[in-house]
Amino acid sequence: MNNVYLSHNNIVSAYGFDSASAIDSIKNEVSGLSLVNDSNILPNPFYSSLIAQDSLSEAFQKLDPKEAYTRLEQILLVSLSDTIKKSGLELTDRVGLILSTTKGNIDVLETENPFDESRAYLAELGQKIEDFFGFKNEALVLSNACVSGVLALAVAKRFIRQKRYDHVFVVAGDLVSEFILSGFNSFQALSEAPCKPYCKTRSGINIGEVGCSILVTKDDNNLVDKSVRLIGEASCNDANHISGPSRTGEGLYRSIVSAMNQAKIDADAIDYISAHGTATLFNDEMEAIAFNRANLQDVPLNSLKGYFGHTLGASGLLETIIGMHSLYSNTLYASLGFDELGVSQPLNIIKETTSKESSIFLKTASGFGGCNTAAIFQKVNS
Amino acid sequence: MNRSDYHIKSYCRIRDGKISKDGELLFSDASEEFPAFIKAAYKYFETDYSKFFKMDNLSKLAFMGAEVLLRGNDEENTALILSNRASSLDTDRKHQAAISNPKGGFASPAVFVYTLPNICMGEISIRHKLYSENSFFIFAEFNPHLLSDYTNDLLETGKANEVLCGWVDYDKNKYDAFLYVIGKKGLLAHNTEELTKLYRTK
Repeated sequence: MNNVYLSHNNIVSAYGFDSASAIDSIKNEVSGLSLVNDSNILPNPFYSSLIAQDSLSEAFQKLDPKEAYTRLEQILLVSLSDTIKKSGLELTDRVGLILSTTKGNIDVLETENPFDESRAYLAELGQKIEDFFGFKNEALVLSNACVSGVLALAVAKRFIRQKRYDHVFVVAGDLVSEFILSGFNSFQALSEAPCKPYCKTRSGINIGEVGCSILVTKDDNNLVDKSVRLIGEASCNDANHISGPSRTGEGLYRSIVSAMNQAKIDADAIDYISAHGTATLFNDEMEAIAFNRANLQDVPLNSLKGYFGHTLGASGLLETIIGMHSLYSNTLYASLGFDELGVSQPLNIIKETTSKESSIFLKTASGFGGCNTAAIFQKVNS
Repeated sequence: MNRSDYHIKSYCRIRDGKISKDGELLFSDASEEFPAFIKAAYKYFETDYSKFFKMDNLSKLAFMGAEVLLRGNDEENTALILSNRASSLDTDRKHQAAISNPKGGFASPAVFVYTLPNICMGEISIRHKLYSENSFFIFAEFNPHLLSDYTNDLLETGKANEVLCGWVDYDKNKYDAFLYVIGKKGLLAHNTEELTKLYRTK
């Protein structure tokens, strides 16, 4: 099977406009979450990590835009322009573009939004990104709930394997909007405090926003010093419920086993798990069951939601990029917000940032519609 | 151009008040509105599944297409690869209208959950007990090239034994579904010319 690598990358977040600024803050256990009081989005104050609009506008103006772009488009363009530039790749017909998002420009449905409602069509969003940089291929938009970001990496690999592309830029992003928060609020899933994944005293989810991007390539001449190889991936449905996770962790368990089979590794080869960990009771419990079924209960594990909140369609890509840095710095980052185990099965939650020699990590994600994705990444020189 | 060792086992078309399978008209109904049409189809095919009535329009459309194709198909490892143009915008607009109601709006969890296009694949997975791969793509129009590449990859790598794929779009009371099952044996060769021809046939 072909080698497929993850290479140049960027994170636009509350921490700043590159991957390094997010990593530095995580290393120092600084949360990006803060109390937001904006009654246009939600009547009550809520915890979130938001990208500062003034710094975003400033960064975006440097790209010399020729027309007006929505807030999400600005985030995606700022992130992707950095990744494309660093890669030095020419955008030929062998280069693909995948956009991963759950809701795209959904804020244009608000009556006071200055953009036309047609901007809410995801293909139009894809085309805006494609046209801005002059991609030769149509942007492929993947919208598969909260597994979109990590599934997009598997999708990129699959198109490279089919020889459709040699390189694929994946860009992911979702906004914190009234649309999203009111929905999660209607499920009574929002926490009134910073979220605490897997913790006994957890009380729900925080929603955050990021834009992130990465180069997926078959070419080992275009790697960075933190590049990883994508050695196994799978997505399995729970076939159980559209808005609640399976009690047996069925789809996640099957995804992990299938990804391990493809990677030809056993559970004991995995050094670290970057889990989904939304800090809702049902999600965290389902993951604990699935990880135990897969014999992964002793592997050090964290959720990064305590730093960013849940960043929806971008979360899987965001957390994969941070996992790459974690692997190469041989550092396991603390699962922020965690004090005491609050799930029924044992898990080895990373309580404080520690050093550990690592070469392989597992990334998982789960979402509405019963979808689950597992992906396994390995250091290039191991 | 795209050639593969796989075949189109069966295909289903739902639009303009008609449902056909493998080119044969199975059902037609004169209802102008989609909800009446799809309800009549549900009854005609003697579908016994009360959860159907809770679904949004996109899920009902995808569900009926899958019903026509997967009934009697006992392949458990059938992956789902669906695509459309309008994502879940029909339900997105309903959710937005509810929360921006000037009299003080409230979101409904029963509506909000359908503001994701992949939910229709969750509904099909539950109905047919498919613990398989799901991917939902948004394209400006039906894109047989990318769907074929992706299907071939899932089959070649053994991630799936068969794939239900295609187009399922619902927007502003307009509906258009073209779903098909790809497997090792079947009616027609799996290639983009054939898929384009079948999609265009009225």
